[in-house]
Amino acid sequence: MPLKYRVLTILGLCLVSIWFLFPRNVTERERGSDGLLHDVTYRRIPLREGLDLQGGMYLALEVDDSKQAIPADQRADAIDRALKVVRSRIEGFGVSESVVQKQGTDRIVVQIPGIQDQERARRLVESQAFLEFKITDKTQALERALPRLDQVIKQRGLVAKSETGAAPQTPAAKGLQGLLTTADTTKKADTSKKSDTTKKGAAAAKDSAQADSLKIQPGGALSSLIEQGQMPGEFYVEASKAPVVENYLADSAVHAALPPGKDFLRGSDSTLLQGKYYLTYYLVDSKAIMTGEHLQTARPNQSPSEGTIVEFTLDNEGGRRFRSETGKHVGDYMAIILDKRVMGRPPVIQSAIGTRGQITMGGKDLAAAQDLALVLRAGSLPVPLRVAEGHVIGASLGQDSIDKGRRAALIAVGLVVVIMMVYYKFSGVLAVGGLVLYVLYTLAALAGFEAVLTLPGIAGFVLSIGIAVDANVLIFERIREELDHGKTVRTAIDEGFRHAMPAIVDSNVSTILTAAVLYQYGTGPVKGFAVTLIAGIFASLVTAIFVVRTFYLLWLNRTRGAQTLSI
Amino acid sequence: MLRILHDTKYDFIKYWHTAVGATIAFIVLGIALMGYHKVRTGEAVNYSIEFTGGTVVQLHFARPVAADLVRSSVDRAGYSGSEIAAFGSPSDYLIKVPPKTGVVAAAASDSVSGQLVASLRQAVPGDSIRVDRAETVGPRVGAELKTKAFTAILISFAVTLVYLAIRFEWRFGVAAVIATAHDILTTMAFLAMLHLEVSLTVVAALLTVIGYSLNDTIIIFDRVRENLKKQRKESLYGVLNRSINETLPRSVMTHATVLAATLSLLFFAGEVIRPFSWIMAFGVFTGTFSSIYIAGPILLWIEHRWPRTPGAANKGAARAQAEERRREQPAAPVGTR
Repeated sequence: MPLKYRVLTILGLCLVSIWFLFPRNVTERERGSDGLLHDVTYRRIPLREGLDLQGGMYLALEVDDSKQAIPADQRADAIDRALKVVRSRIEGFGVSESVVQKQGTDRIVVQIPGIQDQERARRLVESQAFLEFKITDKTQALERALPRLDQVIKQRGLVAKSETGAAPQTPAAKGLQGLLTTADTTKKADTSKKSDTTKKGAAAAKDSAQADSLKIQPGGALSSLIEQGQMPGEFYVEASKAPVVENYLADSAVHAALPPGKDFLRGSDSTLLQGKYYLTYYLVDSKAIMTGEHLQTARPNQSPSEGTIVEFTLDNEGGRRFRSETGKHVGDYMAIILDKRVMGRPPVIQSAIGTRGQITMGGKDLAAAQDLALVLRAGSLPVPLRVAEGHVIGASLGQDSIDKGRRAALIAVGLVVVIMMVYYKFSGVLAVGGLVLYVLYTLAALAGFEAVLTLPGIAGFVLSIGIAVDANVLIFERIREELDHGKTVRTAIDEGFRHAMPAIVDSNVSTILTAAVLYQYGTGPVKGFAVTLIAGIFASLVTAIFVVRTFYLLWLNRTRGAQTLSI
Repeated sequence: MLRILHDTKYDFIKYWHTAVGATIAFIVLGIALMGYHKVRTGEAVNYSIEFTGGTVVQLHFARPVAADLVRSSVDRAGYSGSEIAAFGSPSDYLIKVPPKTGVVAAAASDSVSGQLVASLRQAVPGDSIRVDRAETVGPRVGAELKTKAFTAILISFAVTLVYLAIRFEWRFGVAAVIATAHDILTTMAFLAMLHLEVSLTVVAALLTVIGYSLNDTIIIFDRVRENLKKQRKESLYGVLNRSINETLPRSVMTHATVLAATLSLLFFAGEVIRPFSWIMAFGVFTGTFSSIYIAGPILLWIEHRWPRTPGAANKGAARAQAEERRREQPAAPVGTR
């Protein structure tokens, strides 16, 4: 190739590289401090940073078998439908450049860059958002079933010593009846000052109960933990004892012994009684009068009386059904259940309800209501999902990685430059010129192919700076050998490049092959590493073989057949 | 012209007994240490949570915090089996939580990191705690990644073997691959000695070391191939030694630049990438060593066991002759304006 074209090629490559790397305007959608979305325009170098550098969240979701058994043949279909739901939820969340995609056949990958509140985002994708409306029990079915439940728990041997010890029981007030009076006393204590003494008395009774409870009480494993709530079908369980109750309920035999056609579900609220937190539980009909599939809109709101709420409307068909169903249950309490959890306190049905309704959020903030409205709009997940793999990187750690990576890269370049210039003198300077172009080309290739820059990727880049000069070293050593054999400068350069070629090609191809395997089998950051390594090797081949040779040719032309070469 | 190790005539191959003995001792020591780790911690290799499953949380405190305080808070949150270590400084901590199963895990609405932070907030009042990193990997994913990493290593082996068989001849390919296998063993031993955590990034580093070491072996073998054609009378032993000596300046220079890059990574690129940097730094040495003392003697041994028949032109020789002819053609004039 004539020298003119060589130079033009190099300049052309440089121009293309600069064009790829030229800072451009990027519009991003961000949630501002006021909680609303804004389009913000940045001017930056179009190099995409991986989540480990810019901070953010990576989630791989899989079907959660522990909550619901899913036949193998329905899995793929369920994942496809779940993918759509998760995607619309994330889009609604409003973070630009977020990615939702299927991985393999049974996973959904969610990538949200720059996310601040990870718990919130996690709940957003994990919540199944299965909305149901059920009528609470008014027949005291649980009270009647309790002796049987206690018996089953005892038979199943679920009452471990420590658990019994942890279950307080007043000897004078055994079982539900006694606790019912305690609950009543509490109520009075709340309303009237007069009963202050009673309250203290009750507290004292509790204290003595705790002392007594070290003895194993026969029976009453469950009934001793449950207190009657303030409305039919409502029950209280002390927060610290809730895991014990959950543990009982998880047992299949215990589950079977629950009143037929009823479910025992936890509520979202907790109550403070006598300085202790109590969780609420509700006994509701298993059959829902309505589900969320007819939900049309949902939006968050603040109500002066009920705090944060989510208002929803149903479509026409749903409205008709809802009206007729609620008409049948006037005077009953209706539990609004989201993912097996009763939201707020079930309201009494005053009259038939049409297309409008609301969900009270308890003490939760507006953000929680926003999220709930969002997931309700996006629809429920066909299957429960759980996080199979999750990575959250804080933005500050990412910035720290970038800073340190840049520092390491600069030091590496500095050292390599010094080594090359000291050892190879003038030729070393040519190699360093090649190295500058190498850095430019590599970064441009990464930007051009929209490769993602990760921390291992930066490491790969730093490493490839060291490896990049290897081709130069091979060529220079060859040229030295040719000069030793008494060849003229021009011939020595020519032969040096020619004879070094097989070694350069063989050794780089083997590295590219390894990197390709890494790319194929690696995930996330490792993939980034493989990409930078491959880009680096190609760029180093171009610079060492083509660019540095052109430099030599330019020099030879200028000096018009130099007799000595500084190498 | 500044020259180091120019025109040397060292008899490298002569000392191969000592070298192989030393490397075997190194590997055996590594395996012994793995056994020790196995007894002490139950795992021979210190796998990261990517492979074992579980949760790792990296926290940054505004002020240095005592490890005991962190431990007690983690215990209170119900994760008493966790591993707690300062990460670079006393105000950064890495908490490694083994995978948890059962009702408790399913019932928890907050993630493990959320629970840990909540518990720590009680212990460190007024101090700001920042979650720098929270990674959770389910046991099934961990097992998958383990298989994937293992497959990746095996496939890169197979691919290189095929490539070398095509470019050289099978004797060189086998010798190069055995030298590479040696590098993996020594690197594993090195991992055991520093008790470094084996993560996906470390596997990537291991594969890069393989590539680098092969690169080195290929440079020497390329010279051997070339010298075998020139000096047909010289024994392979002599050719090997001569080739190693001839490529010595290049080896030293390349190792110097790569080591410069690796050491700047090790010292300046931070804690997260450090295991990677360690492996790479070690890889430079083991790669160089194996190219000379493992690949060379094995090539000699193969040659001794299956000597090449002078009459039958093998693939490598045929290709070499073709190349020789190309090289003898006069160089085309270039660079005229």
